[in-house]
Amino acid sequence: MRVKIFVSLRSGVLDPQGKAIERSLHTLGYGEVQDVRMGKYLELKLEASSREAAESRIREMCDKLLANPVIEDYRFEIE
Amino acid sequence: MSTAHCSLATGGRSDICEGKMRWGVIVFPGSCDEQDVYDALKRDLKQKVKFLWHKDDLAGAFDCLVLPGGFSYGDYLRCGAVARFSPIMRGVVEFARRGGLVLGICNGFQILCESGLLPGALVRNTDLQFICQQVNLRVEETDTPFTCEAKKGQVLKIPIKHGEGCYFADPPTLERLQKNRQVLLRYVDARGKTSALANPNGSVDSIAGICSEARNVFGLMPHPEDACNPLLGSEDGCRIFSSIAAACAVREKRHA
Repeated sequence: MRVKIFVSLRSGVLDPQGKAIERSLHTLGYGEVQDVRMGKYLELKLEASSREAAESRIREMCDKLLANPVIEDYRFEIE
Repeated sequence: MSTAHCSLATGGRSDICEGKMRWGVIVFPGSCDEQDVYDALKRDLKQKVKFLWHKDDLAGAFDCLVLPGGFSYGDYLRCGAVARFSPIMRGVVEFARRGGLVLGICNGFQILCESGLLPGALVRNTDLQFICQQVNLRVEETDTPFTCEAKKGQVLKIPIKHGEGCYFADPPTLERLQKNRQVLLRYVDARGKTSALANPNGSVDSIAGICSEARNVFGLMPHPEDACNPLLGSEDGCRIFSSIAAACAVREKRHA
């Protein structure tokens, strides 16, 4: 299975990178842009007996290492 | 040169300078301030210090473990996120649970937060710059092994050097930190007042250093080891180390 994991900053956590990107986009003339938030994207291959088993393993990985629950949320897609 | 300013830092208490206590400085791949900590403790404060490699199990008796600054594992994923799973960290967590003193400086602070020994997290500085400068820190609490030789409200001049030192904690956690008086250091101006201008990295509530609820684990972004010698422009960092030494001397006497 191929897995795509998206890690994003939780609302309430300042995102100075997102703000800088937003300002840059405004400077380039994309004034319609709002609320830029920057996150992380991970791809991985996984062997699992079932989709459910894969989901539970991925959740475990995210909780332990890939995301920090104090500041980040995550979601994932399995292909 | 050291004896003179060591006794100065410890308020003339020569018993602290004898170096009876055992310090361990943990080295991760990518640590880069371990030698500074070692030198400050060994040369300036005349302490017994040993380097500990992150891949080894924690073996031997120690009074205080120091997690130094640097870029453990290249700061990959998040600062401190990978180092937290180094073999030695199991021993560090156990050591802390038994009441042992643990000091995390800069990247060490980030590792302590990642490992759950301290609440909150450290994120990118609000101005996105790597900041390297002397800062003023106000000592908020003195009933801890890390600040017992300082005075409440005292302003210490100690440098910072980091890109991700903006302390973050959600409102309930902040409330808990306040209630338990776990905030030990805040960024202030030269007169000891907090302000947005005196807060170099955007840390919530100007927080520069916090301790655990049990008060035996302390993390701070500033580098006391770089302020233990007049040649470096400040000796105020000695207050942190001499506090730890004094607290250990008291513990020792109690157990004797």
